[in-house]
Amino acid sequence: MKYTRIALSLITIGLLAACSSSPKTDGQTGAAVEDRSSNSASSSGVDANRVVPVDANSGGQSSYPELKDPKSPLSKRSVLFDYDSYVIKDQYHSLIEAHAKFLTSHPNVKMLIQGNTDERGSREYNLALGQKRADAVKKALSLLGVSEGQLESVSLGEEKPSCSEASESCWSANRRGDMLYSGEF
Amino acid sequence: MTLRIPTFLRATFAACALALASSPHAQLAIEITGAGANRMPVAIAAFEGENALPRAVTDVVRADLERSGIFKIVELGPSPMGAETPPDFGRIRSRGADAVAVGTVAPASAGRHQVQFRLFDAAKQVSLGAQAMVMSPNQYRTTGHRIADYIYEKLTGEPGVFSTRIAYVLKSGSRYELQIADADGSNAQTALASKEPIISPAWSPDGTRLAYVSFEAKKPVVYVHSLATGQRNVAANFKGSNSAPAWSPDGRRLAVVLTKDGQSQIYTVNADGSGVQRLASSSGIDTEPSWSTDGWIYFTSDRGGSPQIYRVPGSGGEAQRVSFEGSYNVSPRPSPDGKSLVYVSRNGGRFQVTLLDLASRQTQILTDSSKDESPSFAPNGRMVLYATEQGGRGVLAAVSSDGRVKQRLSVQSGDVREPAWGPQPRN
Repeated sequence: MKYTRIALSLITIGLLAACSSSPKTDGQTGAAVEDRSSNSASSSGVDANRVVPVDANSGGQSSYPELKDPKSPLSKRSVLFDYDSYVIKDQYHSLIEAHAKFLTSHPNVKMLIQGNTDERGSREYNLALGQKRADAVKKALSLLGVSEGQLESVSLGEEKPSCSEASESCWSANRRGDMLYSGEF
Repeated sequence: MTLRIPTFLRATFAACALALASSPHAQLAIEITGAGANRMPVAIAAFEGENALPRAVTDVVRADLERSGIFKIVELGPSPMGAETPPDFGRIRSRGADAVAVGTVAPASAGRHQVQFRLFDAAKQVSLGAQAMVMSPNQYRTTGHRIADYIYEKLTGEPGVFSTRIAYVLKSGSRYELQIADADGSNAQTALASKEPIISPAWSPDGTRLAYVSFEAKKPVVYVHSLATGQRNVAANFKGSNSAPAWSPDGRRLAVVLTKDGQSQIYTVNADGSGVQRLASSSGIDTEPSWSTDGWIYFTSDRGGSPQIYRVPGSGGEAQRVSFEGSYNVSPRPSPDGKSLVYVSRNGGRFQVTLLDLASRQTQILTDSSKDESPSFAPNGRMVLYATEQGGRGVLAAVSSDGRVKQRLSVQSGDVREPAWGPQPRN
């Protein structure tokens, strides 16, 4: 029975692969249509062409309940910035310190810092501005002794707003840096 | 023993079929919102025998020419005019047409058809040229675009762009699709679908591949995607952010923006991801590179305090500042002949597509909208495609490089953004 299940899984993978690459050979100049999204192809939600990175050194998904505990400062992950500013405001220093302390005492845990901007202006220029916010958070953590190898700063630019109205209160919520731990990204 | 397909496999087939079909509401609809001042009146007669096709090729030709904003279509009625008989010039002139196309569609071997057509100067009553092509019935659209290209070139002296394609990103709910459509918005096909954003598609010079930025790995990574096979490879996935791909004119290298050494800076890399080299160094942000056919890389930099446009030789060297007016000039794209530049400038809080003549340094704001992004030239340099907003939704728009002809492309629901006009097809 076990072998049958494995065989069926292999067939499924084969079918999904066939589904996501279907070259058109009828002489049309149109683009072959394919779909590699993780939400489309299968009932199991697994894309046959996607390789999910696994970090053998990471602490895993739920090893550290304090990261999710609402009473712990470690559950707070966002740093908000002023308009056109890349300076971490004083009110976030204790939050940064708490995360730095956690990272230095768990040297196998990694953090991805995502910088974000509001929606105004060029997407690519905003991506570069978001990087400056992520870099500011990364630098603050480094100065508190977190090793470079544990940190990666990246930008999502204006692409992942937490709030989508064209208003100042919304824009300020989108000018932020988010801290994600291993298993969360 | 019979082989039965388990239910979950059948569900897989159904999911595939659904994922591959593009829904009708996702079709781009084109609307002409401004036309040239002196449009040339042309008549495209119904072609003899074209009613044997699923749709008349001349419908496609008329729509193309009308949409260009350069021609005014003169109606001649439903009676066809064949390529063999000389047209009734008196009648055509009385309707006001300066030029007329006539043609014949006849059965050819293997279920195909031969289309012959001829273009006349109606005033001088002389032939301007003729062409014949063989098509299968379902190619009426492609054939119509090629006929329109021929007529456009004969009458304006410039190549037409009716057979080109455009790429753009459609966002519906939390789903992002990188789509490819004909320049008139028809035949939309999805090249990539994702739950995470996709930005900055860039066509390879031969039109077979797209480079783009996808956030599917929770960070920006540059991919190169072959449209005909669906195969793709990572072109840049360094520590930090990877973005803003731009092809070199020979299609071998990409300019990309990386943060692996600190702030956003421009590098070049082979299309397969090998051979990364730093192009320029600055103390600020350098981004949005775009290669011109004469070898410059134009880009946005805030090294002088505000985002402005600069350029540097594609092989590296000293950067020169290009934009001087205003405090926000971004997203530069050189014209195909390298003589002008389009970019987005901020004018009193409005973001607008602006044209700069590189020789005279004259600038002209081409649009009257206020949230313009991502301009790109048509391969003949006549039109600029860009993203803007209307009624709170993302739409595409095109404007002629003299600012007169205006079109809008939108879908019934969802946001369309990040357009890129593809190159001339190589037949």
